[in-house]
Amino acid sequence: MLYLQLFLSFFKIGLFGFGGGLAILSLIQMEVEKYGWMSQQEFVDIVAVSQVTPGPIGINCATYVGYTATGSVWGSLLTTFAIVLPSLIIMLSICKAYFWLGKRFKGNPYFEQTLRMLRFTVLGLIASAALMLIKPVNFIDSVSWVIFGAVCFFTVLPQIHKNKVTEFLSHPILLIVLAGAAGFLIYR
Amino acid sequence: MFFQLFWTYLKIGTFTLGGGYAMLPLIQREVVDRQGWIDEEEFLNMIALAQAAPGLIAVNSAIFIGWRIGGWRGVCGAVLGAVLPSFLIILAIAMVFSDWKELPAVEAAFKGIRPAVVALIAAPLVKMAKSALKIKNSKLKIQNYLPLLVSLAAALLIWLGGVNPVWVILITIVCSICSCFFRSSR
Repeated sequence: MLYLQLFLSFFKIGLFGFGGGLAILSLIQMEVEKYGWMSQQEFVDIVAVSQVTPGPIGINCATYVGYTATGSVWGSLLTTFAIVLPSLIIMLSICKAYFWLGKRFKGNPYFEQTLRMLRFTVLGLIASAALMLIKPVNFIDSVSWVIFGAVCFFTVLPQIHKNKVTEFLSHPILLIVLAGAAGFLIYR
Repeated sequence: MFFQLFWTYLKIGTFTLGGGYAMLPLIQREVVDRQGWIDEEEFLNMIALAQAAPGLIAVNSAIFIGWRIGGWRGVCGAVLGAVLPSFLIILAIAMVFSDWKELPAVEAAFKGIRPAVVALIAAPLVKMAKSALKIKNSKLKIQNYLPLLVSLAAALLIWLGGVNPVWVILITIVCSICSCFFRSSR
């Protein structure tokens, strides 16, 4: 039963995960919270791990949840397969249509309008993922807000003033390592 | 072809940090520049399709290129190569993470990392909003920012309304198809 539920949840995440990476987070969060497969803290921790390890965040979350929810490698294999399966079905259909019909998608008003609107919905999905994580378990005191503000600042900085230094400082891995070092020194 | 695609995507999957978008330049270098499997224009089409289709961008691109070059076997090779490194790494981490988390040093570090992760989810929105709005020179016309109301509505529905994101996506698709239909029938 657990395996079936995991399969269905991650199939759903793969099927509705438009916009890739960060946009898929709110879907995963909703599903894992509904069934209690992962606490909110664990979810944030695994997103952090995803940022510093190779590979797509969706696969990382699926593998992690599959293992922790079932306690076996089979669970991981199942969830990872489930998140990839909708892509396989849809992308292969698109590929076949694309190679047979030519570039008929581009310029189709329905297709273009839907894509344009989805881009804005995806922005909202990402914002909601962040908003849902602003909770006392993740923000334990005022230092947390200082770290939050600093990371926001360094990430947005290349948008305001673009050069090699700001580009380097905005790197997510560097920022996570620095935040970890700060946490180690402050909360030890 | 299976092994060649598997090997190429395994390399890309192992050496890209930060998910799908970070993979794209590496895929371009391997597939377009080095192997010459597809040309620049087709690569750009591939990105558009991989982003338009649901699912992970890295996996979608692996499916497209795998299919284009090696048919079914190509798809299997490329997808396995793209997924395997992160699968193995995360599996290894999942097996030991619950023990590591008990260590006070690790817990202290994660107390610092958690707010940083929330910032790393939220802050890229600025760049993404800019590219979605296609703002080139800083024209401050209010109607240019109106589509952001859609984003705001989506965020509030999920955050405060507790609506499943699946519904928000379905509503968006239905609304855009309807608006297109009415516009063309007028």
